[in-house]
Amino acid sequence: MAVITMREALNQALSEEMERDGRVILMGEEVAEYQGAYKVSSGLLQKFGAKRVLDTPISESGFAGLGVGAAMQGLRPVVEFMTWSFSMVAYDQIVNNAGAIRYMSGGQYSIPIVFRGSSGAGLQVGATHSHTPENWYANVPAMTVITPAFPDDAKGLLKSAIRSNNPVCFIENEKLYGFKGEVPEGDVLTTIGQARICREGSQVTLIANSASTHVALASAEQLAADGISAEVVDLRTIKPLDIPTILASVVKTSRVVIVEENKPFAGWGAQVAYEIQHRAFDSLDAPIERVTGLDVPQPYARVLEQAVMPSAERVTEAAKKTLG
Amino acid sequence: MASSGAKKVRSKEKPGNSPAMLPTLTPSERVDLLRKMVLIRRFEQKAAQAFMQAKIRGFCHLYIGQEAVAVGSISTLHPTDAIITAYRDHGHALARGMSSRECMAELFGKITGCSRGKGGSMHFFSKEKHFHGGHGIVGGQTPLAAGIAFAQKYNGTGEVTVCYLGDGAVNQGAFHEALNLAALWKLPVIYVIENNEYSMGTHQSRSSAGYPLVKRADGYDMAGITANGNDVDDVREKMWDAVQLARTESLPSLVEIKTYRYRGHSMSDPGNYRTKEEIAERKKESEPISMFKERLYKEKVLTEKEYEEIERQAVAEAEDAIAFAEASAEPEVATVFEDIHAPEDQIAEFRPPIGS
Ligand SMILES: Cc1ncc(C[n+]2csc(CCOP(=O)(O)OP(=O)(O)O)c2C)c(N)n1
Ligand SMILES: [Mg+2]
Repeated sequence: MAVITMREALNQALSEEMERDGRVILMGEEVAEYQGAYKVSSGLLQKFGAKRVLDTPISESGFAGLGVGAAMQGLRPVVEFMTWSFSMVAYDQIVNNAGAIRYMSGGQYSIPIVFRGSSGAGLQVGATHSHTPENWYANVPAMTVITPAFPDDAKGLLKSAIRSNNPVCFIENEKLYGFKGEVPEGDVLTTIGQARICREGSQVTLIANSASTHVALASAEQLAADGISAEVVDLRTIKPLDIPTILASVVKTSRVVIVEENKPFAGWGAQVAYEIQHRAFDSLDAPIERVTGLDVPQPYARVLEQAVMPSAERVTEAAKKTLG
Repeated sequence: MASSGAKKVRSKEKPGNSPAMLPTLTPSERVDLLRKMVLIRRFEQKAAQAFMQAKIRGFCHLYIGQEAVAVGSISTLHPTDAIITAYRDHGHALARGMSSRECMAELFGKITGCSRGKGGSMHFFSKEKHFHGGHGIVGGQTPLAAGIAFAQKYNGTGEVTVCYLGDGAVNQGAFHEALNLAALWKLPVIYVIENNEYSMGTHQSRSSAGYPLVKRADGYDMAGITANGNDVDDVREKMWDAVQLARTESLPSLVEIKTYRYRGHSMSDPGNYRTKEEIAERKKESEPISMFKERLYKEKVLTEKEYEEIERQAVAEAEDAIAFAEASAEPEVATVFEDIHAPEDQIAEFRPPIGS
């Protein structure tokens, strides 16, 4: 299997799906001539031409809404936000139009659109540029929310997202674009809505997504050095949530730490904690712990931002707390 | 632009010594304009070096090439008039009189920075200097400017607001909503489009319909004015008209200032979308600092020797700012929980400690 970066995996997914289906188009700021602000769309203009790979003005509300309108007519737009932090000016289009038109029209329309782009904190870009908004979009009933942590999932899930007839928020993390992993060649799809166990363990379950999965894995190493066996569950999809996989792990370990980069209040981890206590109360040997971004706007200074980010150390400490 | 049907204002036709006339600067005041432009240039060159050494991180957008816009326009304002801009904010901050030290310290993420190290390059603030940010989201500052002007009018302060934005930002919905509000409610605000021809890697011809951009004033029945951003005198003259309109008649205007940035969009941009020749060409024909310097030589208000001294002082000030920033303390980790809520409301008391 080829070892490629997350960036290349995403690029392959886009390229293969555009090859396969002439209704798939890609638009966003700097996606075409500049080859993508993060180079995810590199080469696609050259392959598919300016009719299908479109540079937009800095008008997120306009082009996100335009994408929804085109989807109502059967096109399958992939709309790139240079970062998800900039999706906020398009929030109405995503929530009220992409999120509700099928329902409020009594099922007359499909909205086969993918909103995708970079997200995340930790690179000192400050409060306006550091959002991880998966929980905001997961709050929209009709929305699918995908947050891959590894290149193979990034490719397989993006392909599935483009083929889905539902609106999808596909939230990448800037810190992972250069992350390398094995990716199967060809038309391999990853099923939306399935978590994966990326490290087996028996004493505590660490539940994470996206970049936080790597924080959880680093913590699992630290815990192993102290003789503690941690299982790491990578959710991959925030919505729909893979409750059976989560519960199976909780039944096995009886202890849970949830790791998420977004802010704690109504973060997706709060929902996961609710599902666990509701469905597996008797399996729990300790209160569920959460390690999240701290509840402050993202600061610029490195020392402050490091304190805000979930870290392996904070996860390890939380895991030990569950073990008493 | 003559093609625009926008209302035009001509201060030159106004009589003699009335306050509506652009004040003639003394020679030393003219030299001060040059001094400010040189300081901004040297400050940013030092900042760029510090960025390469990873002492400054995140996004860092340089203003090099555009100095005459901030310096010229801000020189037509009272120190209590409000300024607000986007993320390319170092030049406006320095032109407004924020210190090189507090600005550099902010870039270094130090507690002595103008935003206590919390904002970084894109989010400079100084309420004291009526500098209301440094805004990272394209177009996000434009409605704020209308609000600041609204408050100025409401409170009858006689002050005006200047809001800077880029040629790419004109295509944000927020900007159009703000223009309409400003015109409808007759707010004393001046929107300055710093047209440097590019939004990141996109030339203006690929991002906007309807040129010149100042024509957008027409739709809102606002005054539309254009200026040459490489010529600090022209910027002053044209801005003065807009400022008078805001100050005396409480009317907004849209000013399009033609300029050019010499560096990448940010420090992370290799700039492959334009040629080195294009940049060299622009520098040759209209580099704002040398253009103004040559004019001052001709006017005999500046000698080469004096210019060398200006350069020396600017470099010394930039170096001092770097030394200050390096020597300043990192913020205490506990400050991460400060500045979230109004302390008098005591909401912070309910906040759990870090890491719990
Ligand atoms: C809403 C939003 N979309 C995208 C961005 C990313 N971005 C930052 S600056 C920029 C280009 C802006 O160009 P322009 O308005 O011409 O200003 P300039 O950078 O030339 O000063 C882009 C696309 C952003 N910060 N906010
Ligand atoms: Mg521009």
